[in-house]
Amino acid sequence: MIWNETKECMSRDQMSALQSARLVKLVDYVYHNVEFYRKKMQSIDLMPADIKSIEDITKLPFTTKDDLRDNYPFGLFAVPNTEIVRIHASSGTTGKATVVGYTRYDLDIWAECVARCLSMAGVGKDDIIQIAYGYGLFTGGLGAHGGAEKIGATVVPMSTGNSKKLTTMMVDFGATAIACTPSYLLHISEVLASEGLLDRIKLKAAICGAEPWTEKMRNEIETKLNIKAYDIYGLSEIMGPGVACDCEFHKGLHVCEDHFYPEILDTTTLSPVAEGVTGELAFTTLTKEGIPLIRYRTKDLTSIDRTPCECGRTSARISRFKGRVDDMLIIRGVNVFPSQIEAALIEVEEVTPHYMMIVDRVNNLDTLEVQVEVDQKYYTDEIRAIEALTKKIAHVIQQALGINAKVKIVEPQTLVRSEGKAVHVIDKRKLY
Amino acid sequence: MFAKQLTVFIENRSGRLSEVLHVLKENNVNILSLSLADTTEFGLLRLIVDNAALGKEKLSENGFSSLLSDVSIIKIPHEVGSLQSLLKIIDNNGVNIEYMYGLSIESDEAYVVLKASDIVKVDEILTANGVHTITCEELANI
Ligand SMILES: [Zn+2]
Repeated sequence: MIWNETKECMSRDQMSALQSARLVKLVDYVYHNVEFYRKKMQSIDLMPADIKSIEDITKLPFTTKDDLRDNYPFGLFAVPNTEIVRIHASSGTTGKATVVGYTRYDLDIWAECVARCLSMAGVGKDDIIQIAYGYGLFTGGLGAHGGAEKIGATVVPMSTGNSKKLTTMMVDFGATAIACTPSYLLHISEVLASEGLLDRIKLKAAICGAEPWTEKMRNEIETKLNIKAYDIYGLSEIMGPGVACDCEFHKGLHVCEDHFYPEILDTTTLSPVAEGVTGELAFTTLTKEGIPLIRYRTKDLTSIDRTPCECGRTSARISRFKGRVDDMLIIRGVNVFPSQIEAALIEVEEVTPHYMMIVDRVNNLDTLEVQVEVDQKYYTDEIRAIEALTKKIAHVIQQALGINAKVKIVEPQTLVRSEGKAVHVIDKRKLY
Repeated sequence: MFAKQLTVFIENRSGRLSEVLHVLKENNVNILSLSLADTTEFGLLRLIVDNAALGKEKLSENGFSSLLSDVSIIKIPHEVGSLQSLLKIIDNNGVNIEYMYGLSIESDEAYVVLKASDIVKVDEILTANGVHTITCEELANI
């Protein structure tokens, strides 16, 4: 089912005209309401009137995650707090979180976009959907929730962390859809299998996102649970889940491009590349009021296809992600930067600044091991002291990253000290 | 008096223990006693050797982290209950024992290596109770 045929199936010319009109309005809006953008534009001698159509977008400056950090917490908001009705936050590259704010209108648009995605997955008002993304500062839970309510589905706000309760309710409530990370869903399928519940579920569709996954994982999910699995994409800086989603033909993710204008940039020159060429994805939020962003660099690598899809939609499709420009990892759906570990470890005087992160997937759940070396001054002959230190480091990491890590103290001088950019991550998962 | 114990941190990887022992052997550091305390991830190899400083230096040259710490090496009579009466003395004075291990030497005496929460106090207690403690050097000459 197509939720909003007018917007999702308009001709390319119409879409271009709509995007142009919205961009012109947006640039005028940020120029007058966000000092950061006004200064940036003034520094390159650009006036709002210089932006006349969507083609002019390349004249505008980029926005990065660092810009959000430098303007922490509310510096990039275009409206006063009286208009902001919700705050979300995600990991920053260092200790500071990336904070975003939503007006009531922004939440409506968000629900609209998620509604389109759920419709693409065949989920509607007859469905009972379990939302098993985290509820809280993370956009996953509340974002999917808003869209599911908008389509009139029966929403079960499971959040994360209790697989047993989830599988029990899945059976007892006759849940027909679920929204969660793909790795968590694979884990759930194993829990269901071990409890002998696989033939008692009524599940038909899963909307999976918040982490990269492969076609192989989709096949595995679909076979094990006998359902259809869909890929949903989003990032809190732009909105949250629902920026794009794939339809039943799985030929890339349809972008809600009347709200988020996608560009694919050459990773060196940052100039837009031709259709089909892989580059860094950037978004301009065409309609956002709370924290409108211009040419926000996502660091995700993908390509774009603007040809009409077999499903009837004409919206541009981005391919499955091919990697990241930076070193960000997604562990259990949580964005993690190695620099965060580094910043956290500086607080622990007993260890050297050298560390290694080993990311793996065991029984479909991501695991993170952090290896550290103890500073010579803190060597001990007591097991208890080492165990206490291990616990302390794990706590510091948990506080900084929001995920549990297994801390392993290793012998001195065993962690690599490479010249220049040290390798701090071994990711054993095959995600791209 | 105190004795110097050499403690080596080793990861639970195969061959690490024997590598430590090999380094010591190559440098003529004689092991008088050892105890290995281990967890699933790592082990602490506690050694009483004839020359702890040399052992530490050579281990460090070979990439092992080690630590010299003061412990008490206590001579106890080869009699039933002698160890227990020793512990009683320490307990009665409110000092916790962190760990302890035995030493076997071909002589009529038995020795235990003891690390307490307060090593100075334990040394005073032992002296006051006429319990004899020795150094590694003395031990090496037995
Ligand atoms: Zn389609």
